[in-house]
Amino acid sequence: MDIEKANAEATNRMMEARPVVIGMGKAIDVVPGMRDNLLMHAGPPITWERASGPMKGAITGALIYEGKAKNMDEAQKLVESGKIDLEPCHHHQSVGPMAGVTSANMSVYILENKTHGNMSYSNLNEGYGKVLRYGAYSEEVIERFGWMENVMAPVLGKAIELSGGIDIRAMVAEALHMGDEGHNRNKAGSVLFTKALAPYIVKATEDRDVASDIIKFMGDNALTILNPVMAACKGMVDVAQGIEGSTIVHIMARNGTDFGIRVSGLGDRWFTSPVGIPKGLYFPGFTEADSSGDIGDSTITESAGIGGFAMAAAPAIVTFVSGTPKDAINATMEMYEICFTEHKFFTIPSLDFRGTPTGIDLRKVVKLGITPRVNTGVAHKDPGVGQVGAGLVRPELSMFEEALVAFAEKYGI
Amino acid sequence: MAIIKVEIRTGAYYDSVILMQLQRSLAEQPGVTDAGVVMGTDANKDVLAQSGLLVPDAQAAGADDLVIVVKGESDSVVQAVIDKVDELIAARRSSGVDENYQPKSIETAAAMLPEAQWVLISVPGRYAAGVSRQALGLNKHVFLYSDNVSLEDEISLKTEAASKGLLVMGPDCGTAIVNGVGLGFANKVRRGPIGLVAASGTGLQQVAVRIHQMGGGLTHALGTGGRDLSEAVNAITARQGLDLMARDPDTKVIVLVSKPPSPKVADELVKAARSAGKPVVVNFIGYATASRRMDNIFFATTFDETAELAIRLIDSDEDFRNEPDISMFSPGQRYLRGLFSGGTLQYEALLILQHYFPSVYSNAPLDKKNKLEDSLVSVEHTVIDLGEDEFTVGRLHPMMDNDLRIRRLEKEALDPSVAVILLDVVLGYGAHPDPASELAPAIAHAIKIAKDAGRYLEVVAVVSGTDEDPQDMNAQIKLLTEAGAKVETSNDQAARYVSRLLLAIERSAKPPVEEKFKGVDLENFKKPMAGINVGLESFSESLSDQEAQVVHVDWKPVAGGNEKLAAILERMKQK
Repeated sequence: MDIEKANAEATNRMMEARPVVIGMGKAIDVVPGMRDNLLMHAGPPITWERASGPMKGAITGALIYEGKAKNMDEAQKLVESGKIDLEPCHHHQSVGPMAGVTSANMSVYILENKTHGNMSYSNLNEGYGKVLRYGAYSEEVIERFGWMENVMAPVLGKAIELSGGIDIRAMVAEALHMGDEGHNRNKAGSVLFTKALAPYIVKATEDRDVASDIIKFMGDNALTILNPVMAACKGMVDVAQGIEGSTIVHIMARNGTDFGIRVSGLGDRWFTSPVGIPKGLYFPGFTEADSSGDIGDSTITESAGIGGFAMAAAPAIVTFVSGTPKDAINATMEMYEICFTEHKFFTIPSLDFRGTPTGIDLRKVVKLGITPRVNTGVAHKDPGVGQVGAGLVRPELSMFEEALVAFAEKYGI
Repeated sequence: MAIIKVEIRTGAYYDSVILMQLQRSLAEQPGVTDAGVVMGTDANKDVLAQSGLLVPDAQAAGADDLVIVVKGESDSVVQAVIDKVDELIAARRSSGVDENYQPKSIETAAAMLPEAQWVLISVPGRYAAGVSRQALGLNKHVFLYSDNVSLEDEISLKTEAASKGLLVMGPDCGTAIVNGVGLGFANKVRRGPIGLVAASGTGLQQVAVRIHQMGGGLTHALGTGGRDLSEAVNAITARQGLDLMARDPDTKVIVLVSKPPSPKVADELVKAARSAGKPVVVNFIGYATASRRMDNIFFATTFDETAELAIRLIDSDEDFRNEPDISMFSPGQRYLRGLFSGGTLQYEALLILQHYFPSVYSNAPLDKKNKLEDSLVSVEHTVIDLGEDEFTVGRLHPMMDNDLRIRRLEKEALDPSVAVILLDVVLGYGAHPDPASELAPAIAHAIKIAKDAGRYLEVVAVVSGTDEDPQDMNAQIKLLTEAGAKVETSNDQAARYVSRLLLAIERSAKPPVEEKFKGVDLENFKKPMAGINVGLESFSESLSDQEAQVVHVDWKPVAGGNEKLAAILERMKQK
């Protein structure tokens, strides 16, 4: 076994992957293994009993949207009775931000990795504030969700097809040069994405008002591209899974209760630790005491070499952690220490166009005791409230240590 | 005819500034007449068209495609340039040094400061060997301040370092000066032509400051750690330091200082120092020597004397490199036979010889194990006192009666393994009235015996007398010289002369074993000091104060000191 070689292969596959958004469809029609009674969620596997507030809220919202429940009590009964299954998005080639709850009749972006041929999926972004993905499920939230599903999704899907596909790797590379880091800051990428699709949205519907509403909704939402970017990252890291002898941590995900990682050379096993509370900036009226535990599949961005790892590209958001642009650079510098390589395509202008730190190396994490740095949104701990801030969090070291021991056992080291 | 080639890279986005720089680099390559590197947007394709570079392949590119077009004089030139694109892009991505970032690992520090030759290590002892190994793995010299490093680790680190041409100064090395920059606790000492190698921290400092106070200066002062001259470590670092100083053209005088060394290791180190080709001042505390000087080696007993000697030797015009000519000897001729009439002269000769040869046999040896079984039969190097009672029973003392020596001279001359005969001629009242009249013919006879057998015999005579002695010393010398002897009036000089001659013969017969270490790369060593500091932050500060480049590592033990995990990580290195 040659760990170096295995890691080189894993990271190279990750970087060579070129996911392109090719269309949109209902989860039930396109996501592998999706079924009527399944809810996909963020992070490693979870039960209702252990689920956090925002996760319970998002499950409730999805079941209301699907017409299966009217409130949280009913939702709880359905899930606890086993009539509704909960499974991680990651088990279905999918990812979802925050609670990440995706049900059968929700629309998803369809991405194809043009290099390796694998597909990946993610739901639509609802914007800021009270949204389902943060566990809000008020009437207003469900209503907006209905508009997105019934009005926007069909037009957007058609527009994507008319455009011939949007190359997300190229778009992220460009956005990194425009002040995005691909996770917490997606302002530039969202504009690029909207700009690329706008001409086709106009062609995809006869109704000028609808076209205008969609373009305005996408353009106003600085997170519009987050979901396609996450799905693209999922498409990248999936081809790095299962490389014999590789110590690359290719997946990190949180469900609001557990932080989970997967290691390339250890197949589909999850290693978990309790989630932390993000440090960061809170919206007016909220404090860290209101924060839910860390949640969401969006750490897929860090897993693929952007997000917190590309912090140096996005000095504008260091204010989340009351830092200086210098701290942004140092954040990326630190991540180089635990990564196997530097990205071929994602580069950072302020570091003389050095590639972003890519491929978290389990050996280095444990050796140096430095865990990956994750940029994240912050959900309120109670169901139904939604996003209350954004900041920085680091997973606990223990699951990395556990994974290292498991690696040594598996490979007889 | 010009050739145009196109390469399309799908989905590779680069900022236009980067692309313009890449384009310029490509156009500057020999044999290239024009080049275009753009994202394949319609506007960019128009630009390509204007310069005649929009060939059909390029026309097909989309907005997300990187289009590289190169126009040049031949197919091979153009292809070669296109093949260089990745290299040119990579060259732009050299890691920018970020002075404010404190790296967490030596590897990162080394990437930030690639010119660093040294890693300064002052972490707790149980981690020091591991950190040192990392440093050696990165081809850096190690200044190992940490103590409590095991002897086994010291030996393995130094052995590894020596095989790579690297130094491990320490463990427990408190001070050193490299290229005028002090490491650890070091004084500010003037630069100059004296090179210091010391297995003693305060010894190094004291000699260094005394040299400075006396107006001298240092090229380097290398610390070896206090155990270096122990039998177990066998002076690995001191030997490397000596070799480095010997090769360094700026070092005119070498100084070796040590805490009480293993006598065996000290002997070997002194022997190695003899080949330095430069004066070497040796101050090994408690190391007994018979003389103050041995060829290019000067022994001092105090730090002050060491400094004084070193400074005095800077201006010496003596040639310390001269090797005696041994070409006239035949193969097989390698031994000394000393035939003394004076007991104490013989004793002094033995004392001097012992620094050159481990065993010199005698009827009156320094060490009982070298006692001749039969005083009449010489063995290898033999120096006899013919004035001993066993020879004088029933006859006159050899100072008066030359008969015994004349016969022994002939006997030794017949031995084909003999190269040199050393004898004394003691003049004065009471001695033989004209010893040369008998000894000179015997010497000529002995030389002839050897010559007839196809050999060359060197006879060295020590004449001990004055020109006012009844025998007339000058006349005696004349006779002996005419007979073919080399005459010395100092027993010390004579003994040293034959020692060097015989040593040269021994070396030519058996070339010295190649030094086990690879020499330190002097050119790199003499570049301005750049260091990586792991441990005490004050060492970083003092390097900065001395205007040396330094990167401080924010170090923590591997896996936070968890031994089980550290062991797994260590084993993974083999996988």
